[in-house]
Order: sequence, then structure tokens, then C-alpha cells
Amino acid sequence: MTSPTKSLFVQDERVKRRNAAEKRFHSYGLCAIGVAALALVVLLASVLANGASAFRQTYLMLEIPLPAETLDKGGDRDPAAMASVSTFGYAPLLRDALVASIAKLNIETTLSNKDVGDMISKEAAASLRNQVLANPDLVGGVIALDVLANGRIDGFFKGRVTMESAERDGNTSPEALRVAQLLADVGVLVTRFNWQFLTAPDASDQRPEAAGLGVAILGSLYMMLVVLVLALPIGVAAAIYLEEFAPKNRVSDLIEVNISNLAAVPSIVYGILGLAIFINFLGLRQSSPLVGGLVLTLMTLPTIIIATRAALKAVPPSIRDAALGLGATKMQSVFHHVLPLAAPGILTGTIIGLAQALGETAPLLLIGMVAFVRDYPAAYSETAGLFGEAATALPVQVFNWTQRADPGFVERASGAIITLLVFLAVMNTVAVLLRRRFERRW
Amino acid sequence: MSPLNLTASTLAIVAASVTAAAARDNVQVAGSSTVLPYAAIVAEAFGENFDFSTPVVESGGSSAGLKRFCEGVGENTVDIANASRAIKSSELEVCAENGVTDIVEIRIGYDGIVFASDIAGNGFAFTPSDWYMALAAELPVDGAMVANSNSNWNAVNSDFPDQQIQAFIPGTKHGTREVFEEKVLLQGCIDSGAMDAILNLNGGDEDAAEQSCMAVRTDGLSVDIDGDYTETLARIEADANGIGVFGLAFYENNTDRLQVAPMSDVVPNTASIASGEYPVSRPLYFYVKAAHLDVIPGLQEFVSFFVSDEIAGPDGPLAEYGLVSDPELSKTQDAVANRTLLDVM
Repeated sequence: MTSPTKSLFVQDERVKRRNAAEKRFHSYGLCAIGVAALALVVLLASVLANGASAFRQTYLMLEIPLPAETLDKGGDRDPAAMASVSTFGYAPLLRDALVASIAKLNIETTLSNKDVGDMISKEAAASLRNQVLANPDLVGGVIALDVLANGRIDGFFKGRVTMESAERDGNTSPEALRVAQLLADVGVLVTRFNWQFLTAPDASDQRPEAAGLGVAILGSLYMMLVVLVLALPIGVAAAIYLEEFAPKNRVSDLIEVNISNLAAVPSIVYGILGLAIFINFLGLRQSSPLVGGLVLTLMTLPTIIIATRAALKAVPPSIRDAALGLGATKMQSVFHHVLPLAAPGILTGTIIGLAQALGETAPLLLIGMVAFVRDYPAAYSETAGLFGEAATALPVQVFNWTQRADPGFVERASGAIITLLVFLAVMNTVAVLLRRRFERRW
Repeated sequence: MSPLNLTASTLAIVAASVTAAAARDNVQVAGSSTVLPYAAIVAEAFGENFDFSTPVVESGGSSAGLKRFCEGVGENTVDIANASRAIKSSELEVCAENGVTDIVEIRIGYDGIVFASDIAGNGFAFTPSDWYMALAAELPVDGAMVANSNSNWNAVNSDFPDQQIQAFIPGTKHGTREVFEEKVLLQGCIDSGAMDAILNLNGGDEDAAEQSCMAVRTDGLSVDIDGDYTETLARIEADANGIGVFGLAFYENNTDRLQVAPMSDVVPNTASIASGEYPVSRPLYFYVKAAHLDVIPGLQEFVSFFVSDEIAGPDGPLAEYGLVSDPELSKTQDAVANRTLLDVM
């Protein structure tokens, strides 16, 4: 008999190797998390650095005389007749108001009157015209109005435009920036929080300073409503049938494989389908949130069905058996007992599906939602029907703005990404909270 | 939550929108991404100044836009197709097959194509021959076609600095590429005498010679950009040797980051392009369905507004943005007023 000479307190070679492997694995894990976290931090930092300034905007506070002889030739303050004066007629009024303001402040400048006029956004003429047409009695008096400053001037106060870059820039000049700085010193030019970025519609390439997300947010909202109303009931009904009622045979296996497959189909395929069925065959309107919502519904359905089935599967069979044992029908056992217990999982799955749909651009490309849309879409209108008026969506707006020539749109695109990320974060937080609050473990 | 109710409500929603799908009240535009900024500027001004809805402008490229334009006549087809080239006869045939026979062609102005590099880099003054010598796939040397061995600009033209050739040109799906091939590469091929040399070599086959002139090297010194000009700009900012092809309007909005190269000693700007001195330019068009003019509210007004002097004229917002206004704008205005139709064979 040999007695064991080894002590458990002394590690032999093999134990050492096993312990070392364990340590290595830990560090691999930490590395993986580190890489992922670094990527996230870099992404967020670059988006925030570029986009945070989109939420602030530079305004000029002007007092604009409204001469009756140019704005209301008829003299009877009739808005219909006054509408014949276009925005091109209002732009000189703004220019003259700024020139007068600069002269009053005794600011010496070599800028021509046209250059001074270029410091004001082209959007300003339109907002002045709207104000006057809405309230014709203003004509003949003086109106105090905060108007947007040109995108280059705005960029100067956000650090995007510098004296050096303005030297080479055909759209502004160091002199214009110097005058703008002097105006800011006396408080005629102010930079403040920019609600218009969230409410205003898109603007053309000449006015990055006026572009906003209003139409895109509305469009996304309408589409999410359509997706929620269609995908949730259809998806849950399909999942309940497949999980609880369908006989297990070849056909149900085939359906199951197909649903898993559909969840992985590239989203642009749904766009092609949407174009063929909803627009060309059913004759629904292109660019409308209804078609967008229907396409995204098709895309979200597999996600919701799979999540719902998983939630139903997680409810222990003993609950069903007890209900059936007490004489409930199959349907009663499902709707009275299983479904309420699975509801948190179903809701989480639905919200994640919605979040996925919210960030989707590719299918919208084919149904005409990647477009320049200025008019706010109404939820219902006589001519266009429910959700039938043209709209865009948040990710589409990001895509559009990154393609624009003016550097001001880089900031806008990053600002739109921040907005989209906030929406997604809120939705995902709600999903996590719901799960924490209601989920039951067995 | 019975399945029957669901189906019923789904059908109800779809039916409600189908029945209401009649009488669209906004103009629908699709097509070229080059024309898109101009169309957006006009649509915006139109919405501000008229009581009609602001037109919806989609991009996606000239070919895609014309394809949708030719799908047929009716409420659920587009009214206007923007194009950075003239419509092709093959496209007109498709149009005619689908009942789109009455088309008004409207030329809105000219677009210059410029060559620009990073503001901090070397300056260049090109001729078309320089570009041909730099980018051709094969050059005729001593009676044979050999692969282009020029890797630095000073090998192309001894006046140029010793800088690596790195060109970013539009990909083949862009209308701009066609203009680049015809007005720069082919022209350079003829100017440098390479055309004659190639014709001598292949026994006078002109088509083959033109093909050879316009073939771009694929060894990485010339990169096709399938995205838009913002991508080209990003590539140039990342690579100091890079020289890119841009639209004039894009360059004019980024003059603080790009320096433009004169072509044949002419600096591109709206004046030199309008006069025809600057060689690389092309007309921009849009096409409108005559059958829609009296049906879609605001379409006729939008088209007239687009070509009016205050918009498309030399002092209008389009020219300010970089469009070279058409010296024959009044003819276009007449064509719009008279609804002059395009000849369909």
C-alpha cells in the first residue's frame, strides 16, 4: 500500500495549467467586452460631438418695417390679394432691416447690402410672409421677429466655420463673421435651444439651418401605429395557434421553418414586396406611412411570432393541465391562464420588434418614402385616407441629410441620429422595465 | 381578439385607403440625384408661395426615375422624372408601350463637372489628355497596346508634381460617369493622338477604338465611387493624393475644403460653363406627363414656376446654388406654355 504523498494545498502541473486556462478565459472575456464598449463609446462620442450642436441655433432679432405700398398694393388688407407678393418680395425687407440695425449700432463694415442680406437664412422670408398673411393688420407697422441666421453664420458660433475657412469659402467671408460677432456682442444675434429642429419640416439644400425632423417624426409615429395595430394582434394570434392548437405534423414544421427563415430575410425584400402588392396591385399611395407601416408589419411579424411563442413555451404545462383538469376548454385555459402569464414576454418582443422597425430604411427606399417632403402629413384626410399623405421617417432623414452638399447637414444628420437613439433607448428601457416588473420565473 | 375580427378590421383599413386613393393633391417627382437639390429648392419655394401642397421629391437616379415615369399614366404613378441626361429612345419605347405617349421635355440648365483635390494638397491644371494618360487602362506604345504604367502625375505631364495618381471617379451607375468618359477621356484620347494610334493598330475599327479610349484602369489608382459626392469628399480628406470628380454645385458649397483644377486653362464657374468655354458640362432635364397636367392640382403651376426667370434665371436661387442657367430659357418657357410634346417614334 502506498500512502498518498500529494497535498491538496500544493498544486501540481496539471492543476496549474487548468487554473491558468481559467484566468486566460477571464481576460479574453474582458477584452471582448472592452472592444465592444470602446466601439460604442467611439460611435456615441462622434455622433454627439457632431450632432449636439444641431439642438442649438443662431437667431437674429430684427425689427422689420412692413411698408404698405409694396406688400398691399390694393390697400384693403385682403390676404388673397396680398399673397401675390412672393417670398422674393419679402427678402429685401429683411435685408434692409438688418442693414438698418447694423447702421444704428454704428458697426463699420465693408459688406455690400447683398452680403448683409446673405447673413439671413432664406427661410426667414417665408416665415415673415406667413406671419403677415396670417395677420394682415401688421402691414404699415413694424414687426419684431427672431429670424434664423444663415447656416455659415450659425456654424461660426458652433465652431464649424472659422475665419480661416471663411477666407476660402464662397458662401461667406471673414468680414461677415466679424460683423456677426459684433452683433452677438450687443445681443442682436443670439444662440439658443432649437425646438424647430424637432418640429420643423425638412428644408432644401440652400437652408440647412432651417431643416428639422417634424415630418420624419410624424411619419415614424404613424408607421409605428400601423405596425402596432396590425403586427401585434396578427403575430400573437398566429403564435398562439401554432404553439397551442396546431397539430404537430409536417405542415406545422414547414410553417415554423418558414417563419424563422422570414425573420432573417433582408429587409429590402419586403420593400420590393410592398411596391408590387400595396402600390402596384392594391393602388395605395406611394410615399404614404400606411404603405410604410404595412411593409414594416410584414417585416416585424416573424420577430413577434417567435418572441410570443418563446413566451408561451415558458409558461409551465402544469398551469394548462390544472385549468384543463378543472374543466376549462382549451381556449379558456389559453386566454384565461397562459396568455396573461406570457404577456410580459410578448410585450417585450413586440417593443423590440417595433424598435427594429423604427430604425429601418431599406424597405422604405422602394415605396417612395426616401423623399423630400415639406408638408406635415395629416393622420386622416378626405382625399388621401388614413395615413395616406406623403411622409418620411427618422432613419430616412439621416440617410437624406448625409447626401447633401452643404456641410451644415452633417450636424443635422448627427442630430437626427441622436434623436433616433433617444427614441430607441426609451423603447428598449420600457421593454426591460416591463420584463423586470411583470416577468415570473418558475 | 378573434381571428375573424382581426381580418375584418385589417380589410376595413385597407379598403378605407383604397377607396380614398383617388385625387392625389400633391405633385410627385422622382429621378436623378443631381437634379434633386434643384427640384427640392423649387418645391420648397413653390410650397411657400402657392396654395398648393409642396411637391414630394424622391431621388434614386435618372434611370430609376425614368423607369417609374414610364410605368403608366394615373394617380399612382409619378408626374415628373428628373434626369441628368436626355431620355433614351429605348425608354421612350417602354413609355409608349405603357401608354405614356405625351411627354414634355424641359431643360432646366447646365451642370458643370469639376476636378478638385484637398485644399492643402498640390494644385493642378489639367487637360483632357492628362486624364486620358493617367486613367486609361491601356495606352498605345511603340505600335502595341500595353497596360498603363503611369503611376505618378509627373510621368503623365512633366509640369506636374511627383504625386501618386489617385482618382475618385463616379461609378458606372451615375450619369456623371458617361459625361466624364465622353468629354474627358475620349477627348483626351483624340487630343493626345492616341486615337489615331489605336485606329492604326486595330485596322480602323472606330467603335472598338472609342471603347478602348474610355476604358478605365482597374489597378486601384482609379476608384469608382458608387455613392454620392459626400463619399468622394470623405475619400479625398482621408487621402491627400486624391483627386475627385464633383458637380459644380457641390464644389461651390465646399470651397473651404476643396481646390478646383482648371481644365484646358479654364476655371469652372457658372460664367465659363454658360459660355461653353469650360468643356465638361451637361444639360439637366425633367420630363412631365402632359396627361397629368390638368389632373394633378398644381402640376402646371409647378412646371411654369420651375422655369420662370425668378427661379431658373441667372439671378435666381438655382443659379445661386450652382446651376448654370440656360441661355435659351425663354424657349423652354414657351415649350411649357404650349405644352410642346416630345417626338415619339
